[in-house]
Amino acid sequence: MSIDLPAGSPPARVAFYNDPKVRSIAYQVALCAVIGFLVYEAASNAIANLERARIASGFGFWHTTAGFDISQTLIAYSAQASTYGRAFWVGLLNTLLVAGIGIVIATILGFVIGIARLSKNWLVAKAASGYVETIRNIPLLLQLLFWYNAVLKALPEMRDSYKIPGGIFLNNRGLFVPEPIFGNGFSFVVIAFGVGIVGSISFYVWARKRQEQTGQQAPVFSVALALVIGLPLAVLALSEFPLTFEYPQGGRFNISGGIEVLPEFAALLFGLSIYTAAFIAEVVRAGILAVSHGQTEAAYSLGLRAPPTLRLIVVPQAMRVIIPPLTSQYLNLTKNSTLAVAIGYPDLVQVFTGTVLNQTGQAVEVVAITMAVYLTISLATSLLMNVYNSRIALVER
Amino acid sequence: MTMSEGDLAVAKIHFVRSATIEAKPPPVSMRGAVGWLRENLLSTKFNIILTLLIALLFAWIVPDLVRFLLIDAVWTGADRDACREIVQNRAIGACWPFAFERWPYFVYGSYPIPERWRVDVFFSMLAIGVVWLLWLGAPRRGLVSVYFFVVLPISSFILLTGWKAIGLQPVDTVLWGGILVTIVVAWVGIVVSLPLGILLALGRRSHMPAVRLFSVIFIEFVRGVPLVTVLFMASVMLPLFVPEHLSPDKLLRALIGIALFASAYMAEVVRAGLQAIPKGQFEGAMAVGLGYSQMMRLIVLPQALKITIPNIVNTYIGLFKDTTLVFIVGIFDFLHTVEVSRIDPKWATPVTSTTGYAVAAMFYLVFCYAMSRYARATEARLAKSERR
Repeated sequence: MSIDLPAGSPPARVAFYNDPKVRSIAYQVALCAVIGFLVYEAASNAIANLERARIASGFGFWHTTAGFDISQTLIAYSAQASTYGRAFWVGLLNTLLVAGIGIVIATILGFVIGIARLSKNWLVAKAASGYVETIRNIPLLLQLLFWYNAVLKALPEMRDSYKIPGGIFLNNRGLFVPEPIFGNGFSFVVIAFGVGIVGSISFYVWARKRQEQTGQQAPVFSVALALVIGLPLAVLALSEFPLTFEYPQGGRFNISGGIEVLPEFAALLFGLSIYTAAFIAEVVRAGILAVSHGQTEAAYSLGLRAPPTLRLIVVPQAMRVIIPPLTSQYLNLTKNSTLAVAIGYPDLVQVFTGTVLNQTGQAVEVVAITMAVYLTISLATSLLMNVYNSRIALVER
Repeated sequence: MTMSEGDLAVAKIHFVRSATIEAKPPPVSMRGAVGWLRENLLSTKFNIILTLLIALLFAWIVPDLVRFLLIDAVWTGADRDACREIVQNRAIGACWPFAFERWPYFVYGSYPIPERWRVDVFFSMLAIGVVWLLWLGAPRRGLVSVYFFVVLPISSFILLTGWKAIGLQPVDTVLWGGILVTIVVAWVGIVVSLPLGILLALGRRSHMPAVRLFSVIFIEFVRGVPLVTVLFMASVMLPLFVPEHLSPDKLLRALIGIALFASAYMAEVVRAGLQAIPKGQFEGAMAVGLGYSQMMRLIVLPQALKITIPNIVNTYIGLFKDTTLVFIVGIFDFLHTVEVSRIDPKWATPVTSTTGYAVAAMFYLVFCYAMSRYARATEARLAKSERR
């Protein structure tokens, strides 16, 4: 069947409101208009409300004296002399401190448990999966409150402190450990440590090259151990130990000297590490399971034993699967550290979005700055991840 | 010498068996309980050490746990004296009478006692909906989504906040608390985040640049900041953005914060599902003349959502745990009621905190574990239809 069209007639046209292009433009204009209207309304309401409440706006408060104390400060800070800006940096550093240490502990714990879940040992596998199922299904906030209120706050009072050999005190006000005092010659030890690291890397590179050329193996591990640990120790001994410790002195109501680890910090660190470790364990398990069984069997048939198979065949391939979700777990840990506000650890949110916001009342500025900090951390990490992913992505032929 | 046919037939071949030998059972050390032990617990030296270590760990933890929760626990009593070692002269475990006495507060918060039947009705309606959803042979399962997304929200809103015209006294949300608030927050998050998440996911894959840009900014912004800051924003900034007389109450602000937060995560889960649908499905739908909404509603989303169900449930588990964070902006959810009760002087003993946290932990553990089992079961059930 054919349709006879008069020669030269224009192609059939749809009504203009059915034209996809027109429609798409109309939808987008409508969306922009709605969002623009909402933003305008919000802004004008905010200005009116702020004026009525007589709250200043702008970032002038940054240079105002803070006037409140912070229980843990990594940089010099005092209530009378320091500004809100300084308080912001103190809070940010505290966040980064707990996140940094938490990431290290959670990674180690998570890898151990993730591998344990795949163990052929029934008891080990069941214990690991029990850990994961329990910890993952209890809210982090509850775990933090438990560690803080039920465990650490239940420790004995100051005068009945547990005394751990080595001058360490443990009580409900925290853990008190000796503080190292670095003498004059200590910089040489640090230099020796650096030399040790560089030396062992170069030795590793050389040993690998030689092995590729001649097949001879070199004791890389023991040489590296000697360089990284032995060399600084030797320098320490030669320069007559420029390292002394200031021991905490136990009084009846107070302990002076030494480094104090706050119970808030310890509770947050325990809670975050234990919680995130359960998620990392699942990531690791999934990554190892993603390496096909044929890879392991091929390695065995080539005569490799179990440890080198794991190290040379399975782990490098599993890491490709593990690293992206692992990074998002690290981000989660950092974001979850904001729960510090519930147990009073002076992190960014507790110091800045809590105290500073309450004192100045400048909600918009303070919340915006806080969000900008976390957003920067997240976006920077995902940028790095994208670069990494494109580098290690499988090149298919 | 040659052999004729007859010779062969006559010759009896004695060395060929006509039946196979019965298979011998494996040696005692390789079967039964002993074999299982050798295989699974004691196969190598390293494994023996590991088994011993874990066994020691259990021997260290389990008796203490049982003693605390059951053997030394106090089961009856009127106040703190029942749970104090000095008064009772014995080791004291969990203080259960504290949890029993406080249980109504844990469930309803400060909801007025004569009106608490309304909360019970709400819980039962929710339970009916859940059973309807989970029971695969239930009648009229097609109506579940209408029930969940339309009937239940409207009726429970009227039921819980009250409506004078039909004789229900209004109850201010300040009085709401406990498991009621936990369930309301979680459930509003669930009901809002799925449709909003689907819209955002479609927006992110849209061909219209303005729509795509808006979706990407919203999703990446919300996913990049912690929930605590979103809640802070909802509770301190939202009142600034609306005219004074419209200022939403505290619970509503937190609900908005949680719902937006959950939507951004849901959007990414749905997007992953959409990406897994082969291009041919889209092209096929267009080729038979379906428009965008028909293509999505009839062809793409049913397939995409089906493969996403386990991930959606996992997001819901995360959401359920995250409801505890409303604590921080001063709303009395379940965890907050436990936290308030444990410092009540009437029950203040060294074991009260741990008892309260144990109750809370069991509650969340049961709910989240049940949800994760459901996700796994659904995954297995859906995988069956894919098997060839």
